[in-house]
Amino acid sequence: MTTRLFGEPVQRVEDPRLVSGRGRYLDDVDDTGAVHAAFVRSPHAHARVRGIDVAEAIDVDGVVGIYTYDDLEGAAAEPLPLLIPHPDLAHPRTGYALARDLVHHVGEPVVMVVATDRYVAEDAAERVVVDYEVLPPVVGIEQAARGERLVHADVPGNVAAVSTQSFGDAAAAIAAAPHTLDLHWDIERSASMPMEGKGVLARWDAGERRLTVFSSTQTSTGVRGAIAAKLGLPVTSVDVIAPDVGGGFGVKIMHPWPEEVLVPWVAVRLGRPVKWVEDRREHFISSAHERGQLQTVKVGFDDAGRILGLEVDLLHDNGAYTPYGLIVPIITSTQIMGPYKPGAYRVTFTSLYTNTVIVTPYRGAGRPQAAYAIERTMDRIAQHLGLDRTAVREANFVQVEDFPYDYGLTWQDGRPYEYDSGDFPASMAKLKALVDWDSFEQVRDEARAQGRRVGIGVACYVEGTGIGPYEGGHVTVETSGKVKVAIGLSTQGQGHQTICAQIVADELGVPLADIEVTTGDTRRMGYAVGTFASRAAVMSGNAVGLAARTVREKALRIAGNALECDPGDLELVNGVVRVKGDPSVSMALGTVAVLANPLRYAFDEASKAATQFTGGHVDDLPIAAGDEPGLEASEFFAVSRSTFANGMHAVVVETDPETAEVKILRYCVVHDCGRLVNPMIVEGQIHGGVAQGVGGALYEIMAYDENGQLLNASFMDFLMPYVTEVPDTIEIDHLETPSTRNPLGIKGAGEAGTIPGSALLASAIEDAEGFAITRMPISPSELFHLRQRHAAGEIPAVANQAPAAKPMRKRTTRKGPTS
Amino acid sequence: MTAEELHDVSLVVNGVLRTAQVPARRLLSDVLRHDLGLTGTHVGCEHGVCGACTVLLDGRPVRSCLMLGVSADGHEVTTVEGLTRPDGSLGPVQQAFVECHGLQCGFCTPGFVTTATAFLRENAQPTRDEAVQAISGNLCRCTGYQNIVRSVLRAAEIVRDQGVQP
Amino acid sequence: MKPPRFTYHRPESVDDALAVLAEAGHDGKVLAGGQSLIPILNMRLAAPGHLVDINRLTELAGVRTEADGVRVGALARHAEVEADDAAAGRVPLLRQGLRLVAHPTIRNRGTTVGSLVHADPSGEMTAVLALLGGSVELARLGGTRTVAAADFFVGPLESCLEPGELAVSAWFPALPGHTGTAFLELARRRGDYAMCGVAAVVTLDADGAVAEARAAYLSVSPVPLVLDLTEAVSGQAAATADWAAAADLARARVEPEADIHATAEYRRHLAGVLTARALAEAAGRAA
Repeated sequence: MTTRLFGEPVQRVEDPRLVSGRGRYLDDVDDTGAVHAAFVRSPHAHARVRGIDVAEAIDVDGVVGIYTYDDLEGAAAEPLPLLIPHPDLAHPRTGYALARDLVHHVGEPVVMVVATDRYVAEDAAERVVVDYEVLPPVVGIEQAARGERLVHADVPGNVAAVSTQSFGDAAAAIAAAPHTLDLHWDIERSASMPMEGKGVLARWDAGERRLTVFSSTQTSTGVRGAIAAKLGLPVTSVDVIAPDVGGGFGVKIMHPWPEEVLVPWVAVRLGRPVKWVEDRREHFISSAHERGQLQTVKVGFDDAGRILGLEVDLLHDNGAYTPYGLIVPIITSTQIMGPYKPGAYRVTFTSLYTNTVIVTPYRGAGRPQAAYAIERTMDRIAQHLGLDRTAVREANFVQVEDFPYDYGLTWQDGRPYEYDSGDFPASMAKLKALVDWDSFEQVRDEARAQGRRVGIGVACYVEGTGIGPYEGGHVTVETSGKVKVAIGLSTQGQGHQTICAQIVADELGVPLADIEVTTGDTRRMGYAVGTFASRAAVMSGNAVGLAARTVREKALRIAGNALECDPGDLELVNGVVRVKGDPSVSMALGTVAVLANPLRYAFDEASKAATQFTGGHVDDLPIAAGDEPGLEASEFFAVSRSTFANGMHAVVVETDPETAEVKILRYCVVHDCGRLVNPMIVEGQIHGGVAQGVGGALYEIMAYDENGQLLNASFMDFLMPYVTEVPDTIEIDHLETPSTRNPLGIKGAGEAGTIPGSALLASAIEDAEGFAITRMPISPSELFHLRQRHAAGEIPAVANQAPAAKPMRKRTTRKGPTS
Repeated sequence: MTAEELHDVSLVVNGVLRTAQVPARRLLSDVLRHDLGLTGTHVGCEHGVCGACTVLLDGRPVRSCLMLGVSADGHEVTTVEGLTRPDGSLGPVQQAFVECHGLQCGFCTPGFVTTATAFLRENAQPTRDEAVQAISGNLCRCTGYQNIVRSVLRAAEIVRDQGVQP
Repeated sequence: MKPPRFTYHRPESVDDALAVLAEAGHDGKVLAGGQSLIPILNMRLAAPGHLVDINRLTELAGVRTEADGVRVGALARHAEVEADDAAAGRVPLLRQGLRLVAHPTIRNRGTTVGSLVHADPSGEMTAVLALLGGSVELARLGGTRTVAAADFFVGPLESCLEPGELAVSAWFPALPGHTGTAFLELARRRGDYAMCGVAAVVTLDADGAVAEARAAYLSVSPVPLVLDLTEAVSGQAAATADWAAAADLARARVEPEADIHATAEYRRHLAGVLTARALAEAAGRAA
């Protein structure tokens, strides 16, 4: 086998098992002897718990235990951790694993019921009577910002944090600019909504004093650390395994969920395995949401649309607690830069509490909001100047010769926000060619002649990926010749096992079928961070590459010794080490593995066969100083900077003049994530991301009423797209500007497809309708009403700003369309 | 509180007669997964919308989360496990999904595979539109559906080219 | 989301079913397709003490096409009725409506009669029955009664079924010659409950002029609303009829409510748009 697998659309090694129903998700893991948990959750958005009566519940046949806050002890009774503190997070708040005296959102867990099965547990949970004193809830950013009602009595104005970043003097630049605009943007909540909810299974071995926990998580090491801390156990006594995970999209990077603490806690207490599998309603009301922001933009620009000064003020809804710190609004703050280099910039965000589900990253993690703010602003600049929307963007691009480009801002990892590579002009050129941007007016004219209404939109983004601190890879060659690889972060469908196997196969010359990759198991790789921020391929991919490289070098050294030749004369092909140009002189890689572990005893044929290769001098040490037995290596890859991928999307929409339905006619993507390990997997990530972007732009909201009740807490009313709601085709073109920040030259691809969705669809619908769209997502009903308001003169017109650049007009400074 | 009455259920699952004793309210999805140990069928919502729990009842796709186990007594059920060939190799629909990268996390996949299989048994030469309609009731959050549609059409090709039954 | 406890009955004959239902009274619920009932149980929005599974009552199966209409047995699945060519020929509106009910997989199990009893004002079959002036046959211990559509739907999710009664069949009458039908709806996603739906009937006279134009509406009233819109288009040639006038009439008469998916005003607007489109389509089939 001499073909390099890196860059090939290799079929996934995970798939045969998964398509034949042999996946092993949390609820499939052997739960023999387990008891099952259900929770009593707050039906109120804000309330004081005055009393809990479990008398009726205890009587239910099959109940094993019922627990409230009063049963918790030690660290488990303390608030859940603040995972990522920040100096600007002046008023952080986290919840308790079970409500202590106050509940702050519908769905917060109050009582834990454990029974012989889930049906019985739910029966008992229904019979628990909780006495609540209902308190006035805070719902929505505007109500939170007014501060007349408080979510937390000791957090003035509901303000968790105010944070500013800047470079240059934006206010002065705007004041001096030939043109300025004041704009407002509004983007609504959505959520990750993986098809598999959360789940935890815990087993306590009292004799061994070992806790084994399975959790449907994006970070087994994170969960392990949290459980150990909360239960007062040494980390080395806790194993956490992420089995097959049915999707994460960010919601499963948040940890520890209350249940991730409580299920192990009860397992230790009862001495029996305990399992909890979240149902869909629970997921809606007790997981996490994301995306809601109100954005105010003040921009000053010149006649070409170059941004001289940009001021952005964000109001960010962080929900009832801040366990994940300020990551999402920090990401928004920085990624607003997109592919552009404004002359001066100031961004301030205010993170506000509301009595709703917490806000933690959902695919994009603040970037969609960033793209929304800047891309809509770019459209407005173009409209104001009568320029082509792509021309205005091009005038603002960071140029190839500018890289690496340091903005003077601080990224979510606390490091400088510095782009490594990209070619934005080339990406834009490709996009315009792909979507036939320059001939769109003709398309529009033809449609108009048929009484149809079409529009075209464009949106760009830059995505910080491959964030540190590190990931590790462990590669072992077994005596059978099979290779076992372990990476610490877990996988939720991104094909990590396949891409790692591809990388290792190339390095070790071993067939893909002989490589098995384990993910997310602390027993196999105890040092890891987690799967988020489009980092797995970059971090774990490079780590296994390094580990495989080390194993390769060791294999060649040992084989060279045994074959009595220079390692430089050897190659690894098809699982065999052999002399270049003389394949008859060779040994199986498995045999090298045997030699790597000089034992006194020969257990099997492989080790007996190795005895023919006992080269070396009689005074040699069997294991050289500083070396280790075995043909294996662990290597860790750390970065001091993220690597920045980018993309540009264009969409052509048609809006129905009568019903206001929006139909996507064409969806085009130009994507640059550096070198591709597996193009098929990357395209799959783009498809999935685009579907979530379209979903977030046209269908998905979290409909809270004024009492903080989530009105659409089911799949019937939370409208995730079916196949009939996504574009028929997604046309994709690639650019590869290799990363300068890792040996493989790769960048992350996991979140990209989602990022520009709302900005893009708003741009296109605005173009089709000819009036301003500022709030997304948008439904036909909402578009219908906007049309009426526009007809009544309440909403300003917006000229079609497509292709065919019109001559620039000199303007004096004035306010542009607002709201 | 009295103990729950148990009912005898006997059904043919993937060609094998299986029996269980279950309370009447136990959903078919739970009977298949926990009483019969066939965990290939997944549960995503328990209100009939996502389709991850889809199995074939007497050959027709149904939501197993919307059926009581006792209602399946006397019927034939096919789950995703039953679509693998007796020698362990993948059936044509499963094969097509692998070839076309029609799955990512795999959680919704059994529902698509059973649905597509039943569809191809009825309509061996579907148009793209027909294939889309056939899977229009199953949710996937990972793939964006592009490759799932390709997988259904590819499965039809495999059925035709290899002369096999879906 | 698991159902609460109930006592499960699976009678082998209609008489046995009626006996159990009589005894259970208000605490009894019939389980046919389960596509509406089981989600309700899973979400614990209802807790009937007795569930009467009628899926063994084979005498209630079947779709029978007769000279003047189609009789649908209580156990006939939506998919069966949809696939029945004879039924589609006699009453085209059946297939036109059924195609829009949820998704194919739901239709494999859900029953048409069951959906009538469920009486959802967003249900397609309720509109079809109302528009055609059909009826439902109800049995109880000691007799049966036939209830016309106009009397059958009492309120949102409420039919006139009394405790102890079992719906055994529904009757969808055929329409006279020179009549065309159509069914259009707009939902947020394909297969969702419609924001507005219109089932339309247009009958032409011997000269091809509109003799009658009627429509039934989904999701814009508490029970299926049937409107006679003939006055707007009576006597006009089908090809040039003023469907917009009919749409205006419809808009004035529907009583929509708002929810998170659509405002009342938008639904009212849709009622107009879809009325015009559906009547035109129905007229096109009337020849």
